[in-house]
Amino acid sequence: MAEKILMIALSPTMEEGTISAWKVKEGDEVKNGALLCEVETDKAVMEYESPVNGTVLKILLEAGGSAKIGELIAVVGKPGENIDALLKEAAAAAAPAAAATPPTPDRAAPPAGPTVGTAAVSSAPPAAPAGPAAPERAAPPPPAAATAWEGPLGYGSYPRSSPLARKLARDRGLDIRSIPGTGPEGRVVRRDVEGFTGRPAPGYHAPAGAAAPEVPAAEARAPAVPGLQSQEIPVTGMRAAIARRLGESAAAPHFFLRAQVEMDSLMDARAAVNASAGEKLSLNAFFMKLAAEAIKRHPRINSTWKEKTIQIHGTVDIGLAVALPDGLITPVVRDCGGKTVSRIDAELAVLIDRARRGGLKPEEYSGATFSISNLGNYGIEEFTAIINPPGSAILALGETRREPVLGEDDELKVRRIMRMTLTCDHRTIDGAVGAAFLRDLKLMLQEPLRALV
Amino acid sequence: MPIITYREALNAALDEEMTRDDKVFLMGEEVGEYDGAYKVSKGLLDKFGPRRVLDTPITELGFTGLGVGAAMAGLRPVVEWMTHNFALLALDQVVNNAAKMRYMSGGQFTMPIVFRGPNGPAEYLAAQHSQALQSYYAHIPGLKVVAPATPYDAKGLLKSAIRDNNPVVVLEGELMYAWKGEVPEEEYLVPIGKADVKREGKDVSIITYSKPLKVVQEAAETLAGLGIEAEIVDLRSLRPLDEETVYASVRKTNRAVVVDESWPVASVGSHVAWLISRNCFDMLDAPVELVASEDVPMPYNHRLELAAQPSAAKVVAAVKKVLYRED
Repeated sequence: MAEKILMIALSPTMEEGTISAWKVKEGDEVKNGALLCEVETDKAVMEYESPVNGTVLKILLEAGGSAKIGELIAVVGKPGENIDALLKEAAAAAAPAAAATPPTPDRAAPPAGPTVGTAAVSSAPPAAPAGPAAPERAAPPPPAAATAWEGPLGYGSYPRSSPLARKLARDRGLDIRSIPGTGPEGRVVRRDVEGFTGRPAPGYHAPAGAAAPEVPAAEARAPAVPGLQSQEIPVTGMRAAIARRLGESAAAPHFFLRAQVEMDSLMDARAAVNASAGEKLSLNAFFMKLAAEAIKRHPRINSTWKEKTIQIHGTVDIGLAVALPDGLITPVVRDCGGKTVSRIDAELAVLIDRARRGGLKPEEYSGATFSISNLGNYGIEEFTAIINPPGSAILALGETRREPVLGEDDELKVRRIMRMTLTCDHRTIDGAVGAAFLRDLKLMLQEPLRALV
Repeated sequence: MPIITYREALNAALDEEMTRDDKVFLMGEEVGEYDGAYKVSKGLLDKFGPRRVLDTPITELGFTGLGVGAAMAGLRPVVEWMTHNFALLALDQVVNNAAKMRYMSGGQFTMPIVFRGPNGPAEYLAAQHSQALQSYYAHIPGLKVVAPATPYDAKGLLKSAIRDNNPVVVLEGELMYAWKGEVPEEEYLVPIGKADVKREGKDVSIITYSKPLKVVQEAAETLAGLGIEAEIVDLRSLRPLDEETVYASVRKTNRAVVVDESWPVASVGSHVAWLISRNCFDMLDAPVELVASEDVPMPYNHRLELAAQPSAAKVVAAVKKVLYRED
């Protein structure tokens, strides 16, 4: 049966989208998860992935045209399938909405089919399946490039599905919304999830004679697979964004500066603050604050290459790389130079929590003027990071470990040492500028009091 | 192993326990001279004499209260109710005295008493005499309630009930008295509070107890013909309830159908269905189905009487529903 492809909410506040380009044409075969088109929203250009397998039978909205959420933009089905009735139905459904012209499109034109609810757009917020979502109804949507949606359930944002089907989908890293349901009223049930992935999760008791896998795992984020399996996994919106942005960054001529820092004073200071205040300020908050202080003294670090000009930014907006189950995201704390460590820490905690739940808004993870990546928790001694545009530099922090160091009196002492590597874009930052910044940052980390003077 | 009837199994349990412990005695309407309305007490008067097998007047509240007093005084009475329909008159003694005495005396009194008799519809007995009233007892903290569906379970559970120091209601069934099954000659007990998987299967869990076990077994055969392997969990005890056995089965099959011959409202079946929904939520692929008697007084018309009760066809339909099968 032909599936309706509807405009869906690709950003939290989107009410209408403009097709900037179709990536398929009528007659093309598409797989679930394949890129259908790019949609320009009020915020950015987003990718719209196919929620189904099939052939593109009809494109109703050409590139450049715009549609409100819930309006039909294309039909995917079997080749030669008659879709006249479906098109008529969609036209009829759209008519009353046009006639009524309400101030907002709030549920005015419910599309007839259940297909919208199962639309898979990796970067999409949970679009209301039964009609155009009023912005306030689409309240806690994850942003573009966020991971699988894990917010609270609510009719209107979630397809009917059995608890078991949701659990199985979760275990396999599948978005339940991307799985067509065959139960009553389109309920997604176990057989749908199993048929969709065809690959039972480890330890899961599959019924004897279960259908052989037909469709490859849409996103094999399965836990603890015993042994290796050869598989091809589709690129999610987040993965595509990582590839694109870091690919862009490859154009920048990188150079690297390394330094090692004695962390004793900072660690002691932090321990003292944490002990007296009862707060547990994270080390990252200190790094962000001190990096911002050092940047204030070397504003060129805080810049963006713009071909004809170089943008020096007025605030130090630091992105911290946070690992997610399948990808990473850099929540940005704005104006770290103007905030206290505890304020930075508090904001960071909220952002990281939201990032892990897939609820960061685009404005919360984009536009970092400087970035920090900390792999100390993984026991990494030192590493180099790739610049995160639009910033010109990124600081890679390794593990803090006790090491013997030779003191000025030629005595061996044990110190807590951290190694850091600054990656710079040579188009904006010369070696000496980067080196001067890194020297000052090192001194501030070694003697935090310097940040005040 | 000898094959005997449910009635004979109960008789053997009474006989063995009365032999084992002279504090055990039986009383009720026509349990002595007439050998019991359903012949469960056949031969016991001759064997144990009129001091231990007592015919009572038709006064359920009176002789049930007498039993409660005897238990407080240290005897182990078995009170036979001719049917649970009549025992509604005795409910005050059961609920307010038997179930509360141990608690309200701070343990100074124990209540080693058994109330037993047929429960549930038989045939052609009309609305007042065709009721499955187990919810009344399963509702009450302080009582134990068992509902054996086979001769083996009937004997083992009645013996456990007689030895228990708490009041135990034993739910039998008029139509079940003639059911036959294997019962070993050597002594055994069936513990109270332990369910039994009567048939293993992987596709659906059918949870039932008492007389509907038979229609569930028929349904399981029909389902096997359709390629559906049903697992049958016989609760056997309603209070305490063996929840773990139920959950283990549902976690395996991801689907549950509860079959109960009571009415559907506030029943043991609806309680079990709720427990499954709550405790196996993430493992369920379909809402739990309940097959119960229709929510009406029992019709006297025989076709309607049968239509009002759980049947194999109703169980099969419910199983298909939780399996999303439409064939």
